[in-house]
This record gives sequence, structure tokens and C-alpha cells, in this order.
Amino acid sequence: MKTMQANVVTPDGKVYEGDVEMVSVKTSEGGLGILPGHLPLVTPLTIGAVRAKKDGNIQLIAVNGGFMEVRSDEVNVLAESAELPSDIDVARARAAKERAERRLDKAKKDDIDFKRAELALKRAINRLDVAEK
Amino acid sequence: MASLRDIKTKINSTKKTKQITKAMEMVSAAKLTKAQNKAESFLPYTAKIREVVSSIAAGDQEISHPMLEDREEVKRTGYLVITSDRGLAGAYNSSLLRHTYQTIQERHESQDEYGIIVMGRVGRDFFKKRNMPVVQEIVGVADEPEYAEIKNIAETTVEMFTDEFFDEIYIHFNHFISAISQKVTETKLLPLTDVTNGEENTTQTEGEDEAENKGQLEYIYEPSAEVILEQLLPHYAESIIFGSLLDAKASEFGARMTAMSSATDNADDRIGELNLSYNRARQAAITQEINEIVGGASALE
Repeated sequence: MKTMQANVVTPDGKVYEGDVEMVSVKTSEGGLGILPGHLPLVTPLTIGAVRAKKDGNIQLIAVNGGFMEVRSDEVNVLAESAELPSDIDVARARAAKERAERRLDKAKKDDIDFKRAELALKRAINRLDVAEK
Repeated sequence: MASLRDIKTKINSTKKTKQITKAMEMVSAAKLTKAQNKAESFLPYTAKIREVVSSIAAGDQEISHPMLEDREEVKRTGYLVITSDRGLAGAYNSSLLRHTYQTIQERHESQDEYGIIVMGRVGRDFFKKRNMPVVQEIVGVADEPEYAEIKNIAETTVEMFTDEFFDEIYIHFNHFISAISQKVTETKLLPLTDVTNGEENTTQTEGEDEAENKGQLEYIYEPSAEVILEQLLPHYAESIIFGSLLDAKASEFGARMTAMSSATDNADDRIGELNLSYNRARQAAITQEINEIVGGASALE
């Protein structure tokens, strides 16, 4: 099967690289699957899981936003932070989730704190989802 | 002449100092390697962002973004100064701070025209002592900084530009050339005028040339090029800040390593000198003793 090179890069270094058969991501417009030979594309990602399919196995990577660049034989995901399931600190993510929920209860809706807490909650949930799958 | 015992004590204390400086030299050397690796692993990230931004900018569409354009009137300039938390790094901090201080004195007449964002204890104390307007500060950044650590300060710095608190922002830091040489560098952080011009950014090194040589691809932008620029540019600016910090960290360890290695050399010299005068004093004491014995013996005859 045709493959392409997939990289997940953060400022702290490469998180994932490998030859994959398919990559699927979550963009602000919805889900998107990329197969080898795709036209060059740039799109922002939302907080969510990137799925890289290799030899029938799916590797999940939790990414915190960022964007994706696609070329015919290469997919690059650039995010501020990204983790493989094995690198996720579940206890920490759980604590972050609770903290964010408490803040959401307190803060007003149009507050900047509200938005921050909302994002923090999304990140925590995403990490937990990826870690537990 | 100092007594034998005094000299001995001095020799011992110099030897102890030498042990410490030697150890610090080796620690800095190890940290330098780590800092360099870190800076290297970060390069692909900025290189990629830069590539995409410049390919959008180079496209046919007329795209403009406030972060890409010079403002007509510059009311206030921001300076992001990256210093270290600890001293004992030779002229690392002092030459940087002198440069920043002089630049500011030359360019601005009143304190309303500029603001300082400072990283590192040494720089913070320097500017506070001179009553200069420090708008943001961060101290205690780890030796191997994680992006998350400085994300906050980087974000607020970029926000200060978008909120028009600052009309341009410069970064002042020590650029790493080699372990023995660092160069005080000023980089324009915002507006990002050099992306569109395709000029080489001083903070970036090798990785970038490669990216530029690959040639521009015609990308599909989903949902649109504007939306992507909107998201990408702040990230790009933040990543420049992080890149400069990594660069500055590598310089810091290089500077400290060099400073400590010359301190160790000086200690060696000093020990040599002290040994010489110790031996002289010892010889003088022996000669005197012999003289006394000979004198005593001849008095008996």
C-alpha cells in the first residue's frame, strides 16, 4: 500500500514520525482524512486527536491546536504541544480537568478566564480520551 | 614576607576555588550540549511555519495582515531582553545590557516611548534599579526551557503588539556563535516585515535555507488563507521568542564555560606563583637555620 511520511512537530521537538497509510485529523471545519497523493493543503487544527494509520494499526496523538501542512508524500502537523498516549500524564490531565471545571462554574461567560478555562478543559478531555483509548 | 603557614593556607584555598570553577566549567559544557540539541530539535517547527507563511505571502492573492505591516506612526517600542538568572558568566549579561541601555538612550527621549519585557533576574534588577519601565518580567526559566514555560509571556508580548500597546517589538539577546563567542543581537520581532521580503531572520540558522530552497508550493488553504494567517502569525512570533530564548540559553552556557575555564587557568597560575614563594620562604628558613647552627658551632670553638 502506498504510504507517506507523517511528522508531528512541536517547539520541544518531534513527537511522531513514520510512514503511514492515512492520517485523519480534526479541523475547525470538521474531520479530514488524508491519503497519500493529496494536493498540497494547509489547514488549522482544533484540539483533538490525530490518527495515523500504519500497517493497519492506528496511532493516536493528542494535539493542542496548531495546523497541518500536506504535500503529496508528506504530512506535517505543527502544534504547540502534542503527546503520544504513553506520554500522557493521566493524573495531571484529570486534575487539570477538575480545575478547569471549577473555574468554569465561577467565571462569567464573556470573561477571558472563561475562555481560558474552556480551552484548558478541552485540552484535558482530549488528553484523557487519547490516553484511555 | 608572609609566613610559611599563610602561604600554605592561600594555596589550599586557591586549590579549592579551582575545583569549583573546574566543576562549573564541566557542568556548563554538559548543559551547553543539551541546549544546542534543544535548539536543533526546535528548528523544524519554525522553519515549517515560516515556509507556510512566506508561501501565503508570496501567493498571487493580495493578502495583508496587521502583523505583517509597519505601522505608520511608532508611538511606543517594546524591547524583549533575554538575560540569565545567575551570574558568573563573564560579560554575558553586562555587554547585552550595556547595548540595550545605549540603544534605548539613543532612540528614545522619554519613558513613554518604550517598554521593556525582561527575562532573567540579572536584567530585571538592572532595569528596575534604573527605574526603566519594565512591563513584564519572567525569572527562573529552566536551563532547558519547555515551550509551555514561556508560552504565557510570549503570548502576552504578541498581544501587546496586536492591542497596539507597542507598535514594534525588538528582541535583544546573545546569539550563539560558538562556545567561546556570543554576539549581542537585535532582532525585529514584530511587525514581521522580513517574512514577506524573504530576508534571513537572524534568529534562525541552517534549517531555514533548506526550506526556502525547496521552492514554493501552491497550497490549498482551508478554509482560507486569511484565517490561516490569522492563526499562524501569532504562533510564528511566539516561536521566534522561544527560538531566541533557546539561542540565548546556549550562549549563556557557552559564556559561563569560557568564563569558568579562564578562572580555572587563573587559579592554576596563582597556585604556581604561590608555590614559588612558598618554596622560597621555605628555602630561606632552611638557610637561616643552617646559618644559626654554623654560627652556634663556630662560637663554641
